Amino acid sequence: MTITVEKSADTRKEQDAVPRRLTGSRIVCEALIEEGVREMWGYPGGAIMPFYDALKEYPELHHVLVRHEQAAAHAADGFARATGRVGVCVATSGPGATNLVTGLATAYMDSVPVVAITGQVARPGIGRDSFQETDIVGVTMPITKHNFLVSSAAELGPIVHEAFRIARSGRPGPVLVDVPKDVQNELAEYTPPAERAPSSPRAERPTRDTYERAARLISSAHRPLIIAGHGVIISGAYDELRAFAEHTGIPVITTLLGISCFPESHPLSLGMPGMHGPAHVNRAIDQADLIVGVGMRFDDRVTGDLRYWAPNARIVHMDIDPAEIGKNVPTAVGIVADAKEGLARLTAACEPGDHDEWLRGIRAGMRPEREVPTGDRFSPAEVLAAIKRTTDGRAKLVTDVGQHQMWAARFYGYDRPNSHISSGGLGTMGYALPAAMGVKAGCPGDPVWVVAGDGGIQMNIQELGTIAQEGYDIKVAILNNGYLGMVRQWQEFFHNRNYAETRISSPDYSLLCRAFGLEGRKVEHRADVEAAVEWAMSRKGAVVLDFTIEQEANVYPMVPAGGTVAGMIEEPEAER
Amino acid sequence: MSGAGRTLVVLLEDHPGALTRVTSLFRRRNFNIDSLAVGHSERPGISRMSVVVAGDASEVDQVVKQLHKLIEVVEVRDVSDGAPLLREMALIRVRADSTKRGEVTELAKLFGARVVDISHNTLTLEITGAEHKVESLVKLLSKFGIEEMVRSGRIAMARDSAGASVGMDEALSA
Ligand SMILES: Cc1ncc(C[n+]2csc(CCOP(=O)(O)OP(=O)(O)O)c2C)c(N)n1
Repeated sequence: MTITVEKSADTRKEQDAVPRRLTGSRIVCEALIEEGVREMWGYPGGAIMPFYDALKEYPELHHVLVRHEQAAAHAADGFARATGRVGVCVATSGPGATNLVTGLATAYMDSVPVVAITGQVARPGIGRDSFQETDIVGVTMPITKHNFLVSSAAELGPIVHEAFRIARSGRPGPVLVDVPKDVQNELAEYTPPAERAPSSPRAERPTRDTYERAARLISSAHRPLIIAGHGVIISGAYDELRAFAEHTGIPVITTLLGISCFPESHPLSLGMPGMHGPAHVNRAIDQADLIVGVGMRFDDRVTGDLRYWAPNARIVHMDIDPAEIGKNVPTAVGIVADAKEGLARLTAACEPGDHDEWLRGIRAGMRPEREVPTGDRFSPAEVLAAIKRTTDGRAKLVTDVGQHQMWAARFYGYDRPNSHISSGGLGTMGYALPAAMGVKAGCPGDPVWVVAGDGGIQMNIQELGTIAQEGYDIKVAILNNGYLGMVRQWQEFFHNRNYAETRISSPDYSLLCRAFGLEGRKVEHRADVEAAVEWAMSRKGAVVLDFTIEQEANVYPMVPAGGTVAGMIEEPEAER
Repeated sequence: MSGAGRTLVVLLEDHPGALTRVTSLFRRRNFNIDSLAVGHSERPGISRMSVVVAGDASEVDQVVKQLHKLIEVVEVRDVSDGAPLLREMALIRVRADSTKRGEVTELAKLFGARVVDISHNTLTLEITGAEHKVESLVKLLSKFGIEEMVRSGRIAMARDSAGASVGMDEALSA
């Protein structure tokens, strides 16, 4: 924050004198500043114009003009995931607001704190099918943690602060605040909240007895496993998880969104479970007699057919959301707690243990991850390895949805906390490029790499414009197989290779980059992989690398949707 | 006499949209809801809802927990145990010309129902009581032909004396 900015804020305050009557728009701006917001992503339009008018009086609020409102929501989401702070996006009524929907649904499924501010038609116009009127509160009810239609400027300040509190408290999630245009112009008093209302947890905190019952199950287990999820990252419970695992000697599995909550180079780390988890992880789950789930929700992509999943295991489930306990699997002990506090208390309740034999048994079943193909062709794993080497593992990887997402989950080897960001619950193609803008804004010191398919990158490719205008230093690796690869794989396995509508062409990405004033390169030979990544890192702004990979490579192994470990499809020897 | 299904009492802020949030939750989570009745509570600004959930124990548990997550929901109580006071009200318009009028009024009397409207061809009855009582009257009236009916759905209140006065209301209300 520069001194001039501070000064201008002061003069503003003096001019207004106490009590300060402000327009609704200025109230929103002041409340955002009060909440510590410095960046937001959005797009103006008729019903939100008073807000944009006021925004110019607040130079400390940096607004990034996206090219499509979906990208604004994803960017706010990426910012929130990378920093743990609330991300903010702004849109006008009607089409602007509806364009946010996919981004809000993405944030909702993955418990990401986002506040969306939308303009609405003026109060007298509501309910009359006015120009660009959409009942966005109704539309987003099932995909937000909460939402508000503001009915007067007087309640605007309290509502904005409440929106932030709801978004970040307990199990985080997106909150939408819909502000009619005349409310933005209406005058009201605004006083910042004296102190932050503490978020009131509704569930009772678990008792000592709960932890002791869990500890007894843990100490009597012979084949225990930890499955750690996004909750560990949201809570920042990295050290606590590690202490718990090391203290009890229990091996750690990380869900897709749990990746990077536990160092993968750690001897207790096993990898990812579920549909595309390596076979040894799913076999271990099959044999386990106890599973300690932490900040995860036994999603169907993790479990497959619930009736046959972890048939021998009792479940200890720790989650901050009471509704997750017992939702999908019957639980022996449920612990409603934030992972940081819960794990610390659980560790204290547990005897030290070791499960070396069990761990050795699991590790004996590990197959080396995909062998490097010989000759000129390179594998996705090699691209990922080059990124890791070139960035010394300091990068944040933002992945899109599809085969490349699974390869990036499996082959990178995440050791840095919160270095993997992806849309898990909704599986939103087109997520990575816009989300990376938020990640970069939140962590300007970290290299940010997008890993995307040739399908998903084209879904929000327009954001190269935003990236160019903002000067975001984002590197993009497209794993280009000429197909909507993941769907093609399903067609290969389950639809007789009927490749219906999965062949996809690409533009010349280098040329496209040039059009946007960015740089790009196509990489076709193994010898060029490392050099291309190094070149990308050496350039100042955004760079797009278009890696030509094998067209019909598959992600192995695969437990078909709703299937079991017994039905796991493993890699045929010929392809290895 | 607790009726079928579990009975939840839900207190929620009386905002526009709060009810929509509840019903939207039921639909989206595919919960099995038998009936739902809403009205004012004794607290200004707080509505009170009685919800009958048909599912098994784990489903009811989910309904309670998911309701708790709604910001505007203030309190959720499962009052099914402890013999709660459960009532339903119905208005039933039954076909009854002068030849049937006597029989219908007789039935109404037995059930403690009141005649609230009368025409050449119909009688309209008002009944309040436990659902099974309403149910029985409806069944008995159906042979005359029911022209129109409205039922409030179950409303519920836990007993103050939790068990001590069980049966009192049954005695009073026949
Ligand atoms: C918005 C959206 N539309 C459709 C899908 C379904 N889908 C999942 S993966 C996939 C293919 C992705 O192809 P590509 O981006 O080329 O990545 P690849 O699988 O080839 O690595 C599709 C279409 C989706 N997840 N999201």
